[in-house]
Amino acid sequence: MKQRFTRSQKMTIVQGILCIVLIIDILQLWLLTATMNSYLGGDSGVPLPAALFSLICLGLNLGLLRFLYKLDRNNASSKGGQ
Amino acid sequence: MQHDDSEELSLAPNGLPLSDQPRWRQDFPIDVPQDNYISRREFTKFLVLTSAAFTAGQGWIVLKNWQREGAAPPPAQKIATLAEIPVGGALVFYYPNDHEPCLLLRPDAETLVAYSQKCTHLSCAVMPDLENQRIHCPCHNGSFSVAEGRPLEGPPQRPLPRIVLELQGDEIYATGVELRT
Repeated sequence: MKQRFTRSQKMTIVQGILCIVLIIDILQLWLLTATMNSYLGGDSGVPLPAALFSLICLGLNLGLLRFLYKLDRNNASSKGGQ
Repeated sequence: MQHDDSEELSLAPNGLPLSDQPRWRQDFPIDVPQDNYISRREFTKFLVLTSAAFTAGQGWIVLKNWQREGAAPPPAQKIATLAEIPVGGALVFYYPNDHEPCLLLRPDAETLVAYSQKCTHLSCAVMPDLENQRIHCPCHNGSFSVAEGRPLEGPPQRPLPRIVLELQGDEIYATGVELRT
């Protein structure tokens, strides 16, 4: 059985996800500036690992967004089933 | 699972029932909690889009880095003769192409140094100030040391790219660009 969350529960979930995504975004911004600085300084070993890490962060964010979509879909389907 | 349908009704911020609300709110009821939920959800989507943009930026840096690594080193280029640059003097030249202005400096009779003329802060043209043993950027009052090209004051954080020089007889050649952190 798909679980339907109440409005206040959904609000808490979306706020938690928003906080995590925000932290990951700030981390990515810092990583981008640090990578650009090292690239302009001629360091060629940094960009690839940094890009891979950034890609992992994007994957995490997309996973969280998918969960958010599923949350709305579950609620919509359980509402339709009533 | 039991659901409380009342939470799907429009709720005013003051929590009073709709009948006790002012007329304008009765006419245009706004479901504030639902509005808050949707605005946070939409902001989260925007942040994920931002995350994708940061990742695209990282990919662009990887591409540029790959291109830079694959490029052939710049060829040696004669830039001046010793007679053309007096002690305490400076000379502007372009290396490795016409869009890259550089400074050749001769702080004393035995020393020749050359740096890119683009400030590492915002690419303003830096000016030699050999009396004070520094290279000055007039845009934001940054300065670099003449001996090493390292930032001394102001906003620049990285040293100026150094142009590798080679002396053949009395002719001065530029043979490479050394980027530094």
